Amino acid sequence: MSDQDLKKTPLYDAHVALGARMVPFAGYHMPVQYKDGVLKEHLWTREHAGLFDVSHMGQARIRGANPAKSFEKVVSADYQGLKSGKQRYGVLLNADGGIIDDLMTARPDDDGLFVVVNGACKDNDYEIIAQALTGEATVTRLENRALLALQGPEAAAVLAAHVPEAAGMVFMDTLALTAFGVDAVLSRSGYTGEDGYEISVPADAAERVWNTLLTDERVKPIGLGARDSLRLEAGLPLYGHDLDETVSPIEAGLNFAVGKSRREAGDYLGASRIGKELAGELSRVRVNLKVLEGAPAREGAEIADEAGAVVGKVTSGGFAPSLGYPIAIGFVSPAHAAIGTKLKVIVRGKQAAAEVVATPFVPNRYVRKI
Amino acid sequence: MRFTKDHEWVIVQGDVATVGISAYAAEQLGDVVFVEVPEVGKTVKQGENLAVVESVKAASDVYAPVSGEVVEGNAELGDTPETVNALPESGGWFAKIKLSNPAEVDALMDRDAYEAFLATL
Repeated sequence: MSDQDLKKTPLYDAHVALGARMVPFAGYHMPVQYKDGVLKEHLWTREHAGLFDVSHMGQARIRGANPAKSFEKVVSADYQGLKSGKQRYGVLLNADGGIIDDLMTARPDDDGLFVVVNGACKDNDYEIIAQALTGEATVTRLENRALLALQGPEAAAVLAAHVPEAAGMVFMDTLALTAFGVDAVLSRSGYTGEDGYEISVPADAAERVWNTLLTDERVKPIGLGARDSLRLEAGLPLYGHDLDETVSPIEAGLNFAVGKSRREAGDYLGASRIGKELAGELSRVRVNLKVLEGAPAREGAEIADEAGAVVGKVTSGGFAPSLGYPIAIGFVSPAHAAIGTKLKVIVRGKQAAAEVVATPFVPNRYVRKI
Repeated sequence: MRFTKDHEWVIVQGDVATVGISAYAAEQLGDVVFVEVPEVGKTVKQGENLAVVESVKAASDVYAPVSGEVVEGNAELGDTPETVNALPESGGWFAKIKLSNPAEVDALMDRDAYEAFLATL
């Protein structure tokens, strides 16, 4: 894709004005970092509040007589049981139980389901969902909306100053309301492991909301570079890297994405494979690795056992700014997946010691009770 | 100091070239978190991989701006890779190379030419 084919989010001018370094990502010009750089932006988010433009992600409404029941044809989560005012993580599955995308589904109001999908996957997702739901429900892309994420331990205090209702929400709550003078959808969630919110607003209000939040000295703009290192430390898999069409939610350790009622009914795509995997028949599983020496092990690096035999591959990895050492997410055979297992990562032909550790790498700070 | 289009620099003293990356390259990389310097005795040809520098985001190769034999790697970068950002064109050097073809140095850009080159990027 050439640069002129790239789309701009409603916040493009704001990023450029802030001195962002813009890169192509998911078909958009996106800020990979601002003037402070990835390391400082990462640490700022862990200590204060970081503001992210995630408007490249797809926002859509699924409407119909029973949109949750219809949507369950292509996702594994229990969305019929999703209460009003809540959102739930799920995965869009292919016929083999492989992950086409991971997504968030919310009931912020009575207007069907509000779905947020990955930017790079959205066109394909909508086509698959629309096709599966033909005659029962419709998918409406909300092209004229922006999505902002405000993340970090000070995010709640910052947002409450503008939107008092935000303070009454807990992790995975969602709410449609008038905020910043426009119709907004809030959710108390994110992809950094920190407390925080995602804020959907009309595109023409995005820059005003963005700038309003940035007037608070606790808030700094944070680019995609830090978004990636933050989610890696939080042990959150990223589609296109840790997840793809060959990976099942069970291999990826996302068992919670297959709802209990759905397991009992066995009424989801790939149920035969996933049922076996739930019973323990697995050929690979996702692990978190602490790299004990040498260079960061990045996507594609091989993972070996102590004797040097290859047992898996790194699917994302890098230096963890909050920890001060490299970490990685990868897939290995189940025999090598127990916490504490000593492994090797192979970077540029050199073996370096690594160890399977618990997820998340950095404790999450979701607010589950207020 | 002379520069390559890949943003390495060299300073020659006698028949040994000290090699690093330019302030521009360090700024572009962002925060350096890991450096792999070459081992002493390694022979490199101009343009071959000499070292690896890693930011939070990505790993990047550093190419040998001149041919020769590595006589020293900057061991301090192992513990303090951030020196590459702080002092890219002095304390953040990567390696010293004993020149096998000193004429290569003359073909590199001087600072004025390098800055003119940067202006075209």
